[in-house]
Amino acid sequence: MDIRAQVSMVFHLDKCIGCHTCSVACKNIWTDREGVEYQWWNNVETKPGTGYPTLWENQDEYKGGWEAEDGRLQLKLQSKIGTLGNIFYNRRLPTVNDYYEPWTYDYEHLFNAPEGDDQPTARPISLITGEFMEIESGPNWDDDLGGSPVYASNDPNVGSLTDEERAQLNEIERVMFFYLPRICNHCINPGCVAACPAGAAYKRGEDGIVLVNQDKCRAWRMCISGCPYKKVYYNWSTGKSEKCVLCFPRLESGQAPACFHSCVGRIRYLGVLLYDADRIEEVASSPESELVEAQRGIIQDPFDPEVIAAAKANGVTDGMLQAAKHSPVYKFVKEWKLALPLHPEFRTVPMLYYVPPMLPVLAKMKDGKYDVADAEAEGLKPQLTSLENARAPLAYMANLFSAGNEEIVTEVYRKLIAVRVYKRAEKVGDISQEEAQEALALGNMTAEEAEAIFRLTALPSFEERFVVPPLAREVAIEQIESPYDRKREGGFGSRTAPGRRW
Amino acid sequence: MLDDVLFVAFPYLAFITAVWVGIYRFRNDRFSYSTQSSQFLENRMLSWGSAPWHYAILTILMAHFVALVVPSIWASVISAPVRLYTLEVTGMSLALMAIFALCVLVYRRLTTHRVRTVTTPADWLLLALLLAQVVLGFWVSLFFRWGADWYLHTTVPWVVSLVKFQPDAATVTTLPWVVKLHILGGFAIIGVFPFTRLVHAVIWPITYLWRPHQVVIWNRKLTGTGRKAAQ
Repeated sequence: MDIRAQVSMVFHLDKCIGCHTCSVACKNIWTDREGVEYQWWNNVETKPGTGYPTLWENQDEYKGGWEAEDGRLQLKLQSKIGTLGNIFYNRRLPTVNDYYEPWTYDYEHLFNAPEGDDQPTARPISLITGEFMEIESGPNWDDDLGGSPVYASNDPNVGSLTDEERAQLNEIERVMFFYLPRICNHCINPGCVAACPAGAAYKRGEDGIVLVNQDKCRAWRMCISGCPYKKVYYNWSTGKSEKCVLCFPRLESGQAPACFHSCVGRIRYLGVLLYDADRIEEVASSPESELVEAQRGIIQDPFDPEVIAAAKANGVTDGMLQAAKHSPVYKFVKEWKLALPLHPEFRTVPMLYYVPPMLPVLAKMKDGKYDVADAEAEGLKPQLTSLENARAPLAYMANLFSAGNEEIVTEVYRKLIAVRVYKRAEKVGDISQEEAQEALALGNMTAEEAEAIFRLTALPSFEERFVVPPLAREVAIEQIESPYDRKREGGFGSRTAPGRRW
Repeated sequence: MLDDVLFVAFPYLAFITAVWVGIYRFRNDRFSYSTQSSQFLENRMLSWGSAPWHYAILTILMAHFVALVVPSIWASVISAPVRLYTLEVTGMSLALMAIFALCVLVYRRLTTHRVRTVTTPADWLLLALLLAQVVLGFWVSLFFRWGADWYLHTTVPWVVSLVKFQPDAATVTTLPWVVKLHILGGFAIIGVFPFTRLVHAVIWPITYLWRPHQVVIWNRKLTGTGRKAAQ
């Protein structure tokens, strides 16, 4: 056993209102600079939709992540020798057009325009060339299903759906969408790290945060292609790759990352998971339908004395172990099995988990009216989404969260529905106790578990949502340099401004 | 006198500059020690420029280098006329390929506004030098036949004399001016190398071939059991 700690995350999609506050918080801190204006380390996508960059999920095109042929794990992009062969031209690199051309507006014209018959306008100006430009796309071009016949129908996850299921997605009264906020998954088998020829991308041993060393990065850009989630970005101004750093300077001072802290819907949970690094390869090369179960299996019980001993032998601190015991992520992912990895079939073993969204009350059109009662007559409780008649095809959710294994998604939904029925019976009382018990049985859970899930979902405190372990950076670096000197000089981070002077 | 300046002092100067500034830059500004890829800003033309250029020029440079380091082997290779012809024709085609690719790259940088915004004067200098150099090289191979052979008896002994610190430029000073320009161009490029993005030529990510895929970095190296060395 090689037990390591990982700062991990859960996003509860039922609670996401798609307000993009997380994206803005992140942008203000990290990507408000030349060369990275187009980068959204945190972005919120509408699903179904093509996402950002456009069609990032389409690995036939981008070749991100891993593939397991005969149980042997290989980068989808290319072999190691292939990497050196393709080093002069990366065939799988998204360009600025696949994201969008960043722009500002000619605000000055509003003040300087000569007097005339018309109101002056502020024309968009490219932040790359500084010239006037036409805006043709943006980071959320298909937000809220805008232009969905063009965009959403191209969603790679829709590809394998039956005609009936597709019709279900598009039928106007039943049209459904939800939001998918994405940051770096800080995978335990990261494709970006594996693809980097320079060895600049790395995973921090103590907390599992994946970073790119800016001094080592040599602009080969393989990480961008290697990451199936397209969460490593190219800074066109400095010629370096940059990515979500999980706000490690905030974590190191005990604060939640900015996107977590600012989340309006309080959908985000942060906590420590312990995992067995000896089993990474075995887990990542599991057959597709077993990937989720394998990934749950690599996560270790923080209360198991054997695990604790192994973790301590590995240098995992007491503070980290303590945080692991209170981790909301552990509860959602391992204990309750509610949170699922996004696209486990990319085989990077992502450490950001999603509770799939329940979709709202289903009704039927009757005589041109939106009739909830009619739906009830068909056995669909208006306050619940009947799983069998769910708005979102289970196959679609399975394509996103369980590599196509509908059983796993079904189990999650049965639990989510059980919690809802149970609490409805208790608080509102328009559902009988028998029905509540039936739902609990269907969800394979006890009333206590339902209660606990409800509490952590609906009423968690700040401290319950974010169990930030003491990363103790000042202790961690003391073997390398004096933390007292370094702190006085200017923090623990980089001391030279990034920029090319030659 | 001029010959001594051009073919003794200048090569030494260029070489010393390359090493000295190259090391200085690596130690003090490692951040900048790479090329600055613009593939993100322009993709299509680059595919016709970058890959063919690099493959062609690296092969040509390799040939120059092999003949310089192991002249006897090179001599035996070209001793058969068929092999000599093949080598020369291959070299000329590669030179044509390099010229074509470089022209694409220059055209791309001139016409694509996005790429022009990340282009520095040093980039233009470098492009001009490289273009001049490959055109001169092609010219030499076209009009002064069997360079694969006479290179061994003119440039090679001269470079060897420079390496041995017994400079003797006699074998190159009598060469035609086009050849001389080609030689000087080569050393000019070596001289500007550390000041430009050409520094990426000495960054070979070769360790990638044998390092494990995953890179994990620990702040503390514990000696306790169970801890694998930072793999």
